[in-house]
This record gives sequence, C-alpha cells and structure tokens, in this order.
Amino acid sequence: MADEVVLLSFWLSPFGMRIKIALAEKGINYDYKEENLQDKSPLLLKMNPVHKKVPVLIHNGKPICESLIIVQYIDEVWKETCPLLPSDPYHRAEAKFWADFIDKKIFDSGRKTCMSKGEETEAAKKELIESLKVLEGELGEKPYFGGEKFGFVDLCLIPFYTWFYSYETFGSFSMEVECPKLIGWAERCLEKESVSNSLADQQKVYQFFGQMRKMYGIE
Amino acid sequence: MEKLKLLGTYTSPFNRRVMWALKLKGVPFEYIEEDLFTNKSELLLKSNPVYKKIPVLIHNGKPISESTVILEYIEETWPENPLLPVDPHERAIARFWIKFMEDKDKAKKDCLEVLRTIEEHGLKEDKKFFGGTNIGLTDLVFGLLAYQWELMEEIVGVKLMEVHSFPRLHTWAENFKSVSVIKENLPDRDRLFARLKGRKEVLVGSSKSH
Repeated sequence: MADEVVLLSFWLSPFGMRIKIALAEKGINYDYKEENLQDKSPLLLKMNPVHKKVPVLIHNGKPICESLIIVQYIDEVWKETCPLLPSDPYHRAEAKFWADFIDKKIFDSGRKTCMSKGEETEAAKKELIESLKVLEGELGEKPYFGGEKFGFVDLCLIPFYTWFYSYETFGSFSMEVECPKLIGWAERCLEKESVSNSLADQQKVYQFFGQMRKMYGIE
Repeated sequence: MEKLKLLGTYTSPFNRRVMWALKLKGVPFEYIEEDLFTNKSELLLKSNPVYKKIPVLIHNGKPISESTVILEYIEETWPENPLLPVDPHERAIARFWIKFMEDKDKAKKDCLEVLRTIEEHGLKEDKKFFGGTNIGLTDLVFGLLAYQWELMEEIVGVKLMEVHSFPRLHTWAENFKSVSVIKENLPDRDRLFARLKGRKEVLVGSSKSH
C-alpha cells in the first residue's frame, strides 16, 4: 500500500520549508495544503489541537507536529534514503544542540527585527546578529554545518535565508558585512535542488512583512 | 572504563531528569555540584561556552549540553531499559510532549491552562505513564510536576492542581513517584522548599500570568 503523506503549512514559515526540504531529500511524494493562518482549516485544528500551528505532517492519517520532531520522524521512517542526521550518537547530539539553538535564538529575534521600529528593532537586531555570528563560528571553514555534506543543521537554518533581505532592510544592516561566511554557505545550499525548490522568494517575504507592518501601524 | 561526569545543581529539575535517566539505565557517573551564583567552574565554562548553564554531561571528555539533547544521547548510547518507544510515530508523540514542557518552562504561561492541556491531551486513562506501561523520557521531563507542585502551592498559598480537576495528572504523579529509582532519587523536601521559597516572586508571577 502506498504511503499517504500530507503537509499542512504556510508559505512564509521557515519551519514548513524545513519539512519540504526533508521530503525532497528523501524523494517522498506528498500533498501540500496551504493554510490561511487567519482562518485555520478544520483539518489543522483536528491534527494539532494543542497548538493549532503549522507545519503538520500527516502520514497515513496520523499527525506529527513541531518541525524538528517531524524531520526526525521522516529520517526514522525513511531511513534507507539519504540520512539527515549523523549515525554517531555524539554527532547527533551536536546536531540537535545547534538545531535547538537556531530555534531559540534566530526565529524570534529575526521576527522582531522585521516587525518593530526604533529601539525595539535595535535590540532585536543586536541579538539576531550575535546569534548568527555564533553560528558562523560553529560553521568555521566547513562547507556545511554537517561537514562535507548538507545535513540536519543546514536544513534547519537555510529556510531563514528567505528572511535575510527583510532582516537587512528593516534592521538596516548588511548580512554580507556581518556574516559573510553564512552568505557563502547559503549560496552553497541553494545549489541543491531540494533546497532551491523548497524556499520562498525573498522579495515576496519582504513584501509580506511590509504589508504586516502597515497593518500593525509599525510604518 | 567509560568516564561519565554530570555537572548540575541539586534543585534543578533539568539536572534531576538527567540523573534519573542515568540511574534508570544503571549507568554509573560522577556528579559535580556547581555553584552557579558565585563561581561557575572552569570545566562548566569550557564545556558549555554557548550558554554556560547546567546540566552538562561529559562522556569520555566530550560535553553535551541542553537537558533534552542529553536525554536523547543517553537513550541512544545506552539502549538497555529503553526510555523512548520503538515506533516512530509514538516517539514523535513523546518528543512533542517533551517540547511542550520545555516551551512552557520558558514562556511561564498560565499554569492552569498548561495543566488542563496535559490532562486532556497528554495523558490517557488506560496508560500508567505518558508512553504507556513503562516510564519514559517524557515522564522524566514532566517529573517536577510530581514532586514540586505541592510545595509551590504551599509557598504561593493557592491550590492549583486539585485532585478532582486533574485526576489523570494525580494518578500519573503517584505512578511516577512509586518507580523505585525515582522514589530513591527525589530531592529532599526541606532543601527544595528553602530554594523555592527564595524564588517566591517568580512563582507568584507564573501562577497568575496569562
């Protein structure tokens, strides 16, 4: 019997993009359903009753929530193809540590940088740049966070590339100046089809934030 | 012989869950109590340069930080007495509730709402523990609810986790505390009381915030 795989997400969500990349890396066919976060579908509310958030993966009718948990699930179920996590427990722990760091330090500070003004933006931007520099330190001279190959940490971080232009414009700084290694790394990741086909367009993201700022009276 | 060191503090629930996991698996380790306020050790600062926090597990000289990352490392390195289910979907559910508890720790959201969600969605009537018949990582992460809650209610003066409102949580707490490794490794009540009392403002804030 063929697997039935459905992904519920929102085009802007970096967390949803992680899942798209993971599914593409493994060559898994799936149905994508775009959610309107102002009017969530009954399916989403039923599949994630606790948080009512995207992304949600539905595999043969059973829901899996939280992007890092979904990626690990995909890696465990479709384990023969293209492993996303290393096999050694210590390297796996290192990968999970950095994925957790990205979740704790990049999303919120990045969002605040785009959705605020004045002092609040300065504070958010400072935290964002500091955290990105820590990640740059971890990358070092390696081509990918995973070493020679694209891996779990690369997959977790690369979707935020789609927000870089918005960070720079609303935060008034240059990613190329602050984090040149990360720009190089991102370009390397984008050479992979599984990545380039899964990411939202940077300009569309920027326009979306522009609209949101007007709506919330931030402009 | 493998060298295993755990850097932690006595009253930290993040540290305690790691200790429970190691003891449930019968893995010997050296415990080092850190002084977080006046003097973090060189070893801690070197082992966790990113956050400088406990717990840190050091295995044959290699450090692992963040309690949930440590728990999964322990599970993978010492697979005997498994603390995660075998089925990938059930593992995903276990990890979902672990993340739920971690996020609530950080957000300090409305406690009653959190308890209500756990009661209705996390625990099942026919299951002794979060995962089923055996204790698992999810139970360890929720562990502090089993021993710290009553103390907090005493200090704050507000009864939050009434038995009739949260029957599943109360049953789970009793089941959890009766596991012999847990029973033998609960923090001393007086020592914990003293520590929690010193943080009363934090507790009052978390019990009333939305």
